[in-house]
Amino acid sequence: MRGQVMAIALILACGVSIFVMSLSTVDSLQNTQENYYEAQHFAEVFANLKRAPENVKARIQDIPGVQTVETRVLAGVNVEVADFKEPITGILVSIPDDGRSLLNRLLLKEGRLIEPYHDNEIVISEGFAEAHQLRPGDHLTIIINGKRKVLTIVGTASSPEFIYQIAPGAWIPDYKRYGVFWMGRSPLSSAYDMEGAFNNVSLTLTPGAKIKEVIDKLDVILEPYGGLGAYERKDQLSHRFLSEEFKQLRTTATILPIIFLGVAAFLLNVVLSRLIRIQRQEIAIMKAFGYSNIDVGLHYLKQVMVIVILGFILGLLLGIWTGRGLGNLYMEFFRFPYLLYKIPAYVIIIAFFVTAGAAVTGTLHAVSEATLLPPAIAMRPEQPVRYRESFIERIGIKRFLAQPTRMIIRHLERSPMKSIFTSLGIAFATSILVVGSFSDDAIDYEMGLQFNLIQREDLAVSFIEPTSYSSLYEIQSLPGVFHTEIFRSVPVRFRNEYYTYLTSIQGMQPNGELSRLINTDLKEVKIPPEGIILTDYLGKLLHVKEGDLLTVEVLEGSRPKLQIPVTGLISQFLGVGGYMDIRALNRMMKEGYAVSGAYLKIDPAKQQDILDDLKERPRVAAVSISTQVKQNLYDTFGENLLIYTFILTLFAGVLVFGVVYNSARISLSERGREMASLRVLGFTRAEISYLLLGELAVITFIAIPAGFLIGYGITAYFVEALSTDLYRIPLVLNRDTYAFAATIVIISATISGLIVRHRIDHLDLIGVLKTRE
Amino acid sequence: MPANQTNTVTSSRTVVFRARELTKIYDMGEVQVQALRGVDLEFYSGELAVLLGPSGSGKSTLLNILGGLDTATSGYVSYHDNILTEATEQELTEYRRFFVGFVFQFYNLIPSLTARENVAIVTEIARNPMQPDEALAIVGLSDRLDHFPAQLSGGEQQRVAIARAIAKNPEVLLCDEPTGALDSKTGIVVLEALDRVNKELGTTTAVITHNVVIGDMADRVIHLSDGKISEVYENKVKKSPQDLHW
Repeated sequence: MRGQVMAIALILACGVSIFVMSLSTVDSLQNTQENYYEAQHFAEVFANLKRAPENVKARIQDIPGVQTVETRVLAGVNVEVADFKEPITGILVSIPDDGRSLLNRLLLKEGRLIEPYHDNEIVISEGFAEAHQLRPGDHLTIIINGKRKVLTIVGTASSPEFIYQIAPGAWIPDYKRYGVFWMGRSPLSSAYDMEGAFNNVSLTLTPGAKIKEVIDKLDVILEPYGGLGAYERKDQLSHRFLSEEFKQLRTTATILPIIFLGVAAFLLNVVLSRLIRIQRQEIAIMKAFGYSNIDVGLHYLKQVMVIVILGFILGLLLGIWTGRGLGNLYMEFFRFPYLLYKIPAYVIIIAFFVTAGAAVTGTLHAVSEATLLPPAIAMRPEQPVRYRESFIERIGIKRFLAQPTRMIIRHLERSPMKSIFTSLGIAFATSILVVGSFSDDAIDYEMGLQFNLIQREDLAVSFIEPTSYSSLYEIQSLPGVFHTEIFRSVPVRFRNEYYTYLTSIQGMQPNGELSRLINTDLKEVKIPPEGIILTDYLGKLLHVKEGDLLTVEVLEGSRPKLQIPVTGLISQFLGVGGYMDIRALNRMMKEGYAVSGAYLKIDPAKQQDILDDLKERPRVAAVSISTQVKQNLYDTFGENLLIYTFILTLFAGVLVFGVVYNSARISLSERGREMASLRVLGFTRAEISYLLLGELAVITFIAIPAGFLIGYGITAYFVEALSTDLYRIPLVLNRDTYAFAATIVIISATISGLIVRHRIDHLDLIGVLKTRE
Repeated sequence: MPANQTNTVTSSRTVVFRARELTKIYDMGEVQVQALRGVDLEFYSGELAVLLGPSGSGKSTLLNILGGLDTATSGYVSYHDNILTEATEQELTEYRRFFVGFVFQFYNLIPSLTARENVAIVTEIARNPMQPDEALAIVGLSDRLDHFPAQLSGGEQQRVAIARAIAKNPEVLLCDEPTGALDSKTGIVVLEALDRVNKELGTTTAVITHNVVIGDMADRVIHLSDGKISEVYENKVKKSPQDLHW
């Protein structure tokens, strides 16, 4: 009994702790995020523009519903850190000269803010500081308009605006190669010729303000100043990514723990009812002595509640402990400055009621069965179980089966629900393992697709402003550059009736080799000479289909508004946007031959020389190195996101162990007698172990493919639930994943089988023969 | 002592079991229970011996040790030339598998197997077994071959147990209270089956009972009390099971 009580308490603890851990982590992160946003006055609406005089600010302030307005100067920048040879880019953000930001305030980690009007001081983002081990007092070189300027780091800080610190066009943060830097407004303005002007505005709203109206009015005001379209907080880059991550976390952290809790509750129910059924004679005796049915029920409920409360408290403590650990891990991953860990009351209440409910119903069901019988009958042993030939035998393969195998099949068939539920329990654990590895598979697949088929360049160079083809010829003539391809990127707002979307059109070189359009079915899509190809997900968002005319509002240059036919939709995993032939795009922009950047195929041995050369070219805004992007992606996912998977794997293993162990123990108590009889008849230990372990093996081997199916189903659900305009997740499950899940399940099942086998070896042969069944 | 009984023990017959100074002490934690206190005994090939004694006299313990189900605390037991008291667990399993047939008070059939299959499960692992149908015919159950235990009466179940015990053609048949759970009429049918097996197959048979009447069908009756043999005698005239009444 003690072993079983422990096993039940353990499974219960597992279910409760996974539930508590996951939900408390998600809730705490979200709570922290909200708290952080509020404390640092994170803005609600943002807009970038080319350049507007400071007095425009007053007009913005007058928009009904606007509470606080802050204008800033932002600039993309190249940075040099001693001993780091690769290109580093970043964004320079102005802070008021007196250091008192109204919105998007910095939270200092180390050092101080900038002294008023000190033009050689800089505050750097905490992530960047850590990646390069920079501290206040260290120096940093930034390249402003081609001129190097050495600055002193006076502080490291975080900001609600850059929690998820991601370079434009990138998918995950790269703290080594992208940073956020804050400078005083005056020195920054003078360096970029922005004195008395701004190119970024952020604002908060009064309660009840209509955000869409504010955005529309803001767009109208900023339009003459090169406004790139205002957007609300939910479209802000860092917030977007964070929300998606949280959404993903919440989806996985809800469904999987519910499965855990469900399986634990089911096991609890089965095991308890079985334990009570064994005690039906004791129940009869209690009744014979005059205890009422309610007395008997309460008696067992008390016993059961002891186990439940034991497991629950254990699970709660474990859940709090692991939840805090996981929360801290995510805190570091997302670069939250702190974590407000809390366990919402509802989590505890749900966990308790689900587990206690399962235990109570299991107990009451079994007790009521036992108390229904008059004591005189209940005191007698249960009727012998009726068996019959199994279905498998009746279809004609009976003669091939030895008696022990027939016993296994008939036993399984006699209580099909029990067999099915046991199998289902193991299947769910299997599915958790499958789902746990799925993000790994999806990332592998997506990266393979992205870097082998879509983006095949070695270097991607982007220019500060659209540039003529001549700059390209210069790059093409550098030693070690084998091949170049151009691209043009134009910021736009797509509009179809009242559906709009801010993004960019990518102008591509037709028949390009380095950058291509590849459908998710891995077929290449050719860029048509006219018209636009949209990501199918964007087509859905805008409600346009192939052949429709799409309104394109260009947010650059002469800002034309055009109607362009949608010539095709392409399904892609990353981002959404539109694609055009670069010549068609140039014609649309009436700009001659302009490019935003180029993709390069180079001689790897010359890479450093080429990078050094590019760094000296003032027009080059950024260079990204394909191998490093790839490496960073693998590192980030490998290090951080797999922790949750690891914990899941561990617990799923415990779950399989618990299911198999309990089922084996129950079988053993039901069939110990016939196994002892067979031992007496001269069966060896191995031969009778086959009866029990064979049954478990059948249940396990049925469970594994079922678990694959369930796992695939849950994965498909995740893929659907988690697809957004930021990314869609491919529904890919590798053979390795299935093999891994099956291996863990088989190992766990084998371990519990071996423990039970140990008990089979010590069956009391004589005792069993002396007692009536 | 009735007139048809004698105390002379013929020693010219082949000895199957030989026990010397056999003791068994059960350690029940606080107390120790001495079940056998020095038993010296032989069983002869082909005989039908009945062990009589009140409960707690040690007769089941003796049978269990002879059958390789239990080990002695001290003393010596041999089966032909094999010393059971020195056998390993594995050797005892093999011994039970090939040489011993057991019949118990509570039948101990496998509920998920039919009568025929309950016999077949033993014949599948035996050397030179008889066909399951043949064994069931000997106990008069040819018409119940495909019935599951739950579909058979107590007497029928016990006869299936006997068929299962004899189907491997064992050299010895050990029966522990085979009629203990049956009424007298059914009990006699079961005893007839045992008698027939003993006569027709020549299987050395030991039957434990506390029912003195059953002693009348034995070649030899062995009385146990308080862990010792108190009396051994041979029946000059064996009664047929039909003639027994209780």
